Amino acid sequence: MSVIARSDRKERRSNPPKRREKEGDCHAPTKRSGLAMTKSMDLKNLTIKKTQEGLFSKEFSAVELAKECFREIEKEKDLNAFLALNKDGALVQAEIIDKKIASGEILEKLDGIPVAIKDNILVKDIISTSGSKILENYVAPYDATVIQKLKESGAIILGKTNMDEFAMGSSTENSAFGPTKNSRNRECVPGGSSGGSAVAVAADLSVAALGSDTGGSVRQPASFCGVVGFKPTYGAVSRYGLMAMASSLDQIGPITKTVEDAENIFNVIKGKDKFDSTSVDNERAKIIAEKFSGKKNLKDLKIGIPKEYFISGMDSEVEKNIKSKISELEKRGAKIKAVSLPHTDYALAVYYIIMPAEVSANLARYDGIRYGAREKSAKNLLETYFKTRAKNFGDEPKRRIMLGTYVLSSGYYDAYYLQAQKMRTLIQEDFKKVFTEVDCLITPTTPTTAFKIGEKIDDPLTMYLNDIFTVSANVAGIPAISLPCGEAHGVPVGIQVMGQWFGEEVLFKVAREILGES
Amino acid sequence: MELTKAEISHIANLARLELSEKEAGKFSEQISSILGYVKKLQEVDLSKIEPTSSVAGISNVLRDDKVEACDKKTMDDLIKMAPENENGLVKVKAVFE
Repeated sequence: MSVIARSDRKERRSNPPKRREKEGDCHAPTKRSGLAMTKSMDLKNLTIKKTQEGLFSKEFSAVELAKECFREIEKEKDLNAFLALNKDGALVQAEIIDKKIASGEILEKLDGIPVAIKDNILVKDIISTSGSKILENYVAPYDATVIQKLKESGAIILGKTNMDEFAMGSSTENSAFGPTKNSRNRECVPGGSSGGSAVAVAADLSVAALGSDTGGSVRQPASFCGVVGFKPTYGAVSRYGLMAMASSLDQIGPITKTVEDAENIFNVIKGKDKFDSTSVDNERAKIIAEKFSGKKNLKDLKIGIPKEYFISGMDSEVEKNIKSKISELEKRGAKIKAVSLPHTDYALAVYYIIMPAEVSANLARYDGIRYGAREKSAKNLLETYFKTRAKNFGDEPKRRIMLGTYVLSSGYYDAYYLQAQKMRTLIQEDFKKVFTEVDCLITPTTPTTAFKIGEKIDDPLTMYLNDIFTVSANVAGIPAISLPCGEAHGVPVGIQVMGQWFGEEVLFKVAREILGES
Repeated sequence: MELTKAEISHIANLARLELSEKEAGKFSEQISSILGYVKKLQEVDLSKIEPTSSVAGISNVLRDDKVEACDKKTMDDLIKMAPENENGLVKVKAVFE
C-alpha cells in the first residue's frame, strides 16, 4: 500500500516547489534512467484509444505508462492535484495488463488506462479524506461500485485527487489540504469541487479521472481547466461508495480529454446496483428515454438555446465564444431554436435549500465515534460530538450543516424545504416541455472563466453564483456535459450541452459534433 | 431574513457544532445573506404544486429486514476503524454521568 501520509502532505504544503518559468517546460524531455521511453510516450496526446493502440503495438508497456504518470505527478506537485498515490497498487495492476498483452489476450475496455479518482470515492485500502480533516487518516474498507467496475475493466488507479471538503465548493479552495492550482494559469482556481481530477487530466498527469457532480462539480472545473466533464442522468451510475453530500443530486461522472473517452468510461461505470436503491436498470432507463426522441444525425437534431442562460452579468467574451459555436453548428446543418425554461431563475435557490438540507443529514455520521477523527479532550459523549465536529469540519461544511438544520427545523420546513421541493417539480416540468420541442440544450457552463485564488473565498453567496448554469441539471436529474470552447482572458471557456433523461446517446452525439470528433 | 447570533447558536447546538462567539457572528451574517437570496422562492404561489423527490419516479425501495452474518475479519477491520476500541468493541465516553 502506498499512500501519502499526513506528514508528507504537510511538508508539501509548507514547501511548495518553485513555479516553473515557462509553460513549455511542462513536457520537456527529462532524463529517464533505466527505461527506454519513445517519443510516442507523450502523455499529452494520450486518449483511451491512443493508449490502447500504444499498448497493443508495444510502443510502451502499461508499467512504463503508469511510471511516467507518477513521474509527471511528482514533477507537478506544485499543482496539488493529488492527495494520495496508489503507486504499488497501480504497478501491480499494470503488470497484469502487460502479461495479458504479452500472451495475446483481448483487451478489456479500459485495460492499462491510468485513471485518477476524486477523494470522496472509496478505493479499498487507500486513504479517502474527501478533502476533510475529519477523515484525515481514514482508509477505505471497500471499493465503490464504480471503482470495482473500473478495476474489472482493467483501469489503473493512480491515486486520489484533491477537492473541496466533502465536495462543497466551486474552487477546491475549501480542501483541508490546500487549494489545487489551475494548470492553465497557476494563479487561478481550477474550479470545484472536483478540481484535482480536472487538473489531473488537463495537466496530463492522468488519461482520465472520475469526479462527482452535485450542482456542477464535474462540469464547472472541466470548464475552468479546458477538459470534458460529464454528469450522467441521476440514477444512471451507482453512488455506492461515494461519500454522500446531497443524495438526491449527487452523481459520479468522468473527466476526460475527449467525448469518446467520457462515453467509454460512462459505459463501464453505469448500470443498476443492488447497493444503490436509486440506481436505475437499463430497461427502465430505456422506457424513460423513449418518451423523448432519439435522432442521430446533426441535420435531424433540433438544439434549443434557453434565453434564461444568456443573462446580464455574464462575461461578454464567454458569451461571444458560445454564440459563435452555436452559429457554427447551425451552418453545419443543425436546427437551432430559441426556447424558454421559465423557472430557471429559481433553480439556484432550490439548490441552496435542498442541498444543505441533505448535507445536514448526511454529515451527521461524522461524530467521532465509529471512524475518522475524535477530539479526546471531551469530558463526555455530547462534548465528543461538539468538539470533534467543531475542530475537524471547515467553514463551508459548517455553514451548510447549519443552513440545512435551519431549513428543516419545525416552523421553517414548509416555507423553505417544502417550497423548494415544489419548485423542483416546476423546474422538471420546464425541461419536460422543452424536450418535446428540441433534442438537447446548449448553454455556457459558467457565467465567467476561472477566477483568482482567494478572490471569492470570503463571500459564500458570490461563490455560489458560479453554479447558476449547472445546478438545474442536478435539480431536474438530466444529463449534462461541459466541453472546451476556446479561451477568454487567457483561460478556457466551457460550453454545456444538456440532454433528456437517459438520453446520453444523443447528448454524446451533439458533444462530438461540437468538439469535431468523428 | 436576519438570523441573530442567539438563533445561530441554537441551530449549531441542534447540529452538534461548538461555535465561538466570533464564529456565531460571522456565520449569522453569512447564513442570513444566503437566506436572503433563497427567500425569493416564497414569492411564488406553489400551493397547488406537488413536491418532487425522486426524479426517476422511484419510491420506497424495500428489502427484507434480516440480519446478515459478517465474517470475523470484516468485523475486526470495522471495529479497528473506530478512534478508540477495546476488546473488539467501540469505546466511547460515558453516556450517563
